[in-house]
Amino acid sequence: MNIIVCIKQVPGTNEVKMNKETNTIIREGVEAIINPFDTYAVEEGLRVKEKTQGKVTVLSMGIPAVAELLKETVALGADDTVLLSDRAFAGADTLATAYALSMGIKKIGLYDLIICGKQASDGDTAQVGPSLAEKLGIPHTTYVRKIEELREGYIRCQRMTEDGYEVIELALPAVITVVKEINEPRLPSIKGMMRAKKAVVTVWSAKDIGADLNLCGLKGSPTQVVSTFVPVHDVHSEMIGGQPEEQAKRLAEILLSMRFETGA
Amino acid sequence: MSSININDKCIACKLCVKACPFDAIKIEGKRAVILDNCTLCGVCVGSCKFDAIDFVKDETENAVDIREYKGVWVFGEQANKTPAGVALELLGEGSKLSGRLGAELSAVLIGSDVERTAKLFIAHGADNVYMVDSPSLRHFNDESYADIFVQLINKYKPEIVLMGASTYGRSLAPRISSRINTGLTADCTKLEIDADKRILLQTRPAFGGNLMATIICPNHRPQMSTVRPKVMKALEPDFTRSGNIIKPDVKVPENLDTKVVDVVSSLTQMVNLTEADIIVSGGRGLGDPKNFCLLKELAKILGGAVGASRAAVDAGWIEYCHQVGQTGKTVGPKVYFACGISGAVQHLAGMSSSDTIIAINKNPDAPIFKVATFGIVGDVLQVVPALINEFKARLA
Repeated sequence: MNIIVCIKQVPGTNEVKMNKETNTIIREGVEAIINPFDTYAVEEGLRVKEKTQGKVTVLSMGIPAVAELLKETVALGADDTVLLSDRAFAGADTLATAYALSMGIKKIGLYDLIICGKQASDGDTAQVGPSLAEKLGIPHTTYVRKIEELREGYIRCQRMTEDGYEVIELALPAVITVVKEINEPRLPSIKGMMRAKKAVVTVWSAKDIGADLNLCGLKGSPTQVVSTFVPVHDVHSEMIGGQPEEQAKRLAEILLSMRFETGA
Repeated sequence: MSSININDKCIACKLCVKACPFDAIKIEGKRAVILDNCTLCGVCVGSCKFDAIDFVKDETENAVDIREYKGVWVFGEQANKTPAGVALELLGEGSKLSGRLGAELSAVLIGSDVERTAKLFIAHGADNVYMVDSPSLRHFNDESYADIFVQLINKYKPEIVLMGASTYGRSLAPRISSRINTGLTADCTKLEIDADKRILLQTRPAFGGNLMATIICPNHRPQMSTVRPKVMKALEPDFTRSGNIIKPDVKVPENLDTKVVDVVSSLTQMVNLTEADIIVSGGRGLGDPKNFCLLKELAKILGGAVGASRAAVDAGWIEYCHQVGQTGKTVGPKVYFACGISGAVQHLAGMSSSDTIIAINKNPDAPIFKVATFGIVGDVLQVVPALINEFKARLA
């Protein structure tokens, strides 16, 4: 089975440090990593490949430096890597991103299953997976915690919901987005790291994938960010001292005086 | 192609370098230079005191005639005919927004045998309910629900569509926005209206809640958002309110590529964290997996749900579905108890919007105390049993 895994480069930490004097963000020295959720997508892709004698292609869109992260997936066992990189993609929202990825996937050609992480840790939108499926005109499901069965043209998987899970069947090709529970990602092997060193990442521009520039990057993005600000957590903390019994009594008094309604 | 350019007024003051959220500007020689990883977010333009940054934007024509689009819609999410809490919250918020616009508020209800649910939506503020009722639509299905929703949007042309940022809403909304090529903003926590331009100002957290962004969708319609549960307030139901139940003529799709073959509710009744008013969460500070039974007991007395930190889940003490935080669930209850949770940023990202946070930890320097409304420095295994006794006595 041919599998395509989509990954995103994100900052290694979400801790936004503020320069209090200038009220601006300090982001120096933050390393770039593969979006943590996408590592489960890569792992699941590799597991499917091992079971079905297939091929895993890892795809990303981003600046040229993302090639280094794609090579990390080669060390884990990915067969091919493709990076969509072009200034025309800059400023893409989730719609323009899904469009560009869909054009990249069409150029890759044969695929049975596309796997994405459930969301990226910087934007947290969870929108690219379903949007991508729509652009490709294929079914999707989200929050997959287990693949129960997979064969030619068919997948059955468990989707996490608020109060349990559903069992979903999809006709392939399809897009699934996966949660952390689905697997435990492997570490790279020595042999894999050697292979990664020699790996060449295929880089495609907007023209290479035949993308309509009106649908790429900022121009292809219906949403616009008009302002950003760092939220002020103006928390007034009250510490409750004393012995456990006293602390419990005081806290119970406070909470009950707030008249919060208990469902009991 | 759109671009950000530095002009001759630049004096290399570095204000833009500091303002850039993406580390995409550096000073070369006596001038700022925009690097390749610029995302064209435009933050630098506002930071420049010297008018030295030009943001050249390609003109985007209106994709549709936006004047044709009127009214605010809410996805009437339901399961087994019971509306999701967030759907009622969105009707409450939607009634404010539609009031600002002088437009009608409508719910979209897709399901089987859901007429009573439609009446409930009217009681909660809907002027109209577009009801598509068919046995084949009994359970949520991305493919059929998206297909029907798109038919309704194309026919009735709403200017705003709101959905809960629930499992279903976060899956359905991008499928729809992608088909009709409009903008979608995820996980909003604040919605406002610019009444003159009829634009929805959508504010949402990014970077795990460390940065807030306000986003608009000026040239496309409808303007779509998913909204976090427990942020907006539902109206008190008024069953004397009148509204229209409209049964639109749509084609219910058949021969789907997506089938829901089973729906399994978790055995533990106390898991629905996203809808819970009270959450009692535990971390590694509990010392032993069996101590989660204390938290379950406290949660039961208070009518709450049990949550957990990533550390507790990774250690195998409790199932993943209980995990709160960036890799788990985002919650916003009225009261959140953090018991033996140190408060890593990833955990805070998932719960810091709770109304009242109670931290119980033996380490007075634990970061959780920085966000806590009430803090107790002490042994969880002594404080929680004391709380159980106290609430048992008072709530009996």
